[in-house]
Amino acid sequence: MKRALLIAALASAAFPAMAATIAITGGTVLTANGEESIAGGTVIIRDGRIVAVGAGVPVPAGATVIDATGKFVTPGIIAGMSDIGITEVEGVRETNDAGARTSPFSAALDLAPAINPHSLHIPINRMGGVTRAVVGPQASTSIFGGQGAIITLAQGAATVIRTRAFQYVEMGESGGRNAGGSRPAAWAQLANSLAEAQRLAANPAGYDRGQDSGSLTKRLDAEALLPVIRGAQPLVVHAERASDIRQVLALKARMPALRPILIGAREAWLVAAEIARAGVPVITHSLYDLPDDFETLASSRSNLGHLQAAGVVVAIGALGGIGGTYSVNLPSYAGNAVGQAAVPGGKGLTRGQALASITANPARIFGLTDAGTLAVGKAGDVVVWDGDPLELMSAPVAVLINGVPQPMESRQTQLRDRYKALGRSDLPLQYPQ
Amino acid sequence: MKSIRAALLMSLALGACAANGPPPATASAPAEKPAVIAVPKDPWPSQYKAWPSVTTVIRGGTIYDGAGRKYAPGMVRLENGKVAEIGETVAIPAGATVIDATGKYVTAGIIDIHSHLGDYPSPGVSALSDGNEATSPARPEVWAEHSVWPQDAGFSRALAGGITALHVLPGSANLFGGRGTTLKPVYGRSVQEMKFPGAPYSLKMACGENPKRVYGGRNQMPQTRMGNIAYARQTWSDAAAYKRRWDDYTRRAEAGTAKPTDAPRRELANDTLMGVLAGEILVQNHCYRADEMANVISMSKEFGYKVTTFHHAVESYKIADMLAKEGICSAMWADWYGFKMESFDGIRENIALVDKAGACAIVHSDDANGIQRLNQEAAKAMAAGRRMGLTITPEYAWTWLSRNPARGLGIADRTGTLEAGKAADVVLWNAEPFSVYARATHVWIDGALMFDWGDPKRRPIADFELGQPGEREPK
Repeated sequence: MKRALLIAALASAAFPAMAATIAITGGTVLTANGEESIAGGTVIIRDGRIVAVGAGVPVPAGATVIDATGKFVTPGIIAGMSDIGITEVEGVRETNDAGARTSPFSAALDLAPAINPHSLHIPINRMGGVTRAVVGPQASTSIFGGQGAIITLAQGAATVIRTRAFQYVEMGESGGRNAGGSRPAAWAQLANSLAEAQRLAANPAGYDRGQDSGSLTKRLDAEALLPVIRGAQPLVVHAERASDIRQVLALKARMPALRPILIGAREAWLVAAEIARAGVPVITHSLYDLPDDFETLASSRSNLGHLQAAGVVVAIGALGGIGGTYSVNLPSYAGNAVGQAAVPGGKGLTRGQALASITANPARIFGLTDAGTLAVGKAGDVVVWDGDPLELMSAPVAVLINGVPQPMESRQTQLRDRYKALGRSDLPLQYPQ
Repeated sequence: MKSIRAALLMSLALGACAANGPPPATASAPAEKPAVIAVPKDPWPSQYKAWPSVTTVIRGGTIYDGAGRKYAPGMVRLENGKVAEIGETVAIPAGATVIDATGKYVTAGIIDIHSHLGDYPSPGVSALSDGNEATSPARPEVWAEHSVWPQDAGFSRALAGGITALHVLPGSANLFGGRGTTLKPVYGRSVQEMKFPGAPYSLKMACGENPKRVYGGRNQMPQTRMGNIAYARQTWSDAAAYKRRWDDYTRRAEAGTAKPTDAPRRELANDTLMGVLAGEILVQNHCYRADEMANVISMSKEFGYKVTTFHHAVESYKIADMLAKEGICSAMWADWYGFKMESFDGIRENIALVDKAGACAIVHSDDANGIQRLNQEAAKAMAAGRRMGLTITPEYAWTWLSRNPARGLGIADRTGTLEAGKAADVVLWNAEPFSVYARATHVWIDGALMFDWGDPKRRPIADFELGQPGEREPK
């Protein structure tokens, strides 16, 4: 057994993808499986996968040891919805591939080929403990935004781990706007598009023949919806108002194969039991509490707590409507959901539920069966924290993805180091030290 | 993000009421001399009155006083709207309400120096979008307070987050956005009933991408950063000429050689700029990049005014020594970065590095949600500083939330710290307020208990929220 300092373990990041055996010892292990917390626990990773988790687990000979005494160990954070890799500078159009303002296509748009493994946001989020991310599109010219992807934030690995992971659709105020100006227009577009996909499924060869030349659904878009109507691909539906959410549930009742995932869902708590009965998961933010729009009048920070209590699978996403919302802050968003439980009359999450909302639950919602918890057989996506992982003051001291320790630097730390000591020396700061 | 969205939103209508004659002159001069006309300093005075309060002693809790001190435990007595006494022990008068804060935390109220509550209220519909008079790059004549909708639900949320004063600014579409106003998050029927009495006005200025995008997109000046500076310099030059006209008239009028009809015609835009040149109106300057802040400093020296605070200031860490030397505050986010080109170089250590250089560091929100948890933003900034080896105590970091923004707003003599004689603007927290699990349980403003998380009768509900789903749900 080699005893290595944490720093030494991190240095091995210079040789990524080497499948060393790693033992993380002595930490408080939060597995994201219920409220499970293993004091002085050990996590063993071999060949990129977790092979043991528990107290009193022997450290294999030859393993690189990361001493986590006094620290916390969790599964890697999974960003339930993000723009990591698809947008470099949101306000600089050339770098923003999340939405296509004038494309004739919609559902057919596929984010995966546009994802940039060299995005500066990947190391920034990775340093914060984010190991995988769901990357979603923005709908611009239609209710459909296209197909999102799932990425790993591992350095030097193939970034996209699942293409065409889901279809994205807007069904509230934005959907109405995109569809031509009203909610009925959005529902008509959805009904028409799904019907066109069904027509294509029934008779692929005949699809283009006899079609009204004014058809609103292009063949590529209809093709993209085939896995949706078959249930092979989840349909992420942005809806906020309780009545819009009810319509989504009604759609699922009419088309049981559909696998909707609600996103946004600020008023979901008003219809929590119905969502639970339909088995539809929800991705929302813990900090929504303003009537930002007429579709979000009932926003409350208790939304997550009510949904969880009703039995809905909930995940937290760094979604819009909260200024400065970043996936790197997901743990503190989860912590805020815990804090809500203390408010008289409020409804919050337990710490275990909160951790699950940024690990196990997004994994479950998107079918990432090899991630989200610390359990034997799961990928070695593990984060060691210097304190309670949900606390604002805590930060990762080590991040492993597939068992490989990741570098803990980013363009931001480079800027910090360049400017931390101001003052004149022999050359401008722009000359490498 | 509102900072982006706000600039993109176009105001739908021009101001309808443009024709206001000059107010009557103050006719206090001796009979033999004609009256001296003056530009009124405070023509729309605050009508805020503190709400009733009782003498209250909070004891047993840990106190961060906002001036960098900690009492653990300590006691504070609120009396007649002021902090009467603070220390390890204080006198408890007969009949005082005594609150046991054992295990809890007491802090100075949080002051947000950058908010658009009321101007961009909830719901964010265009009918209520009143933050940018984007009809000219220079609109110093507009006042943010005249756009404030007092029934913005955001005021109640800010209050519940421990805010006791906030500065509402116009947006950043314009180089000169207009006057900003300091409010208290206390509902009133008019904005004047919310206005912090005697707080100086500010002038919102903006550099960088927003003005050049808004006007460049219309093929108007400014279309470039050089256009931004040129336009602003001409505006300042014109304002200086206006000031000279008034100064000359005033000298002559006071000497008895000018009639009231000789007074210059009042130009509301130049009134604001003249107030800046006279040091009465504070400049709050939206500016992200270090090099642009340096340009603005040069411009301020050319025209003889002072920038009080750079807002957003994501690159202040690059010029923290310069800002310390100039005595200019930076109002910053903890970690916003990368959402627009000029925010590309934001780093998490910005606030701590500015503070380390001896410059005035302020945590601000610019966001209806962020204003509810500025304590959390400060926690992240403190943690980032500590991780790079700086020593920052929580009681010191609290100065970023209360004392420093009070300085940046010119109200530090009245609030911002818990010291005898200052306003009883106090927050009680259920846990250490830099913890993610902490929430404000009680908020006092001028000694009056304006928020109590456990008492539905002390949790305000804006008019807009009445009858809406979830009206009484704790948020």
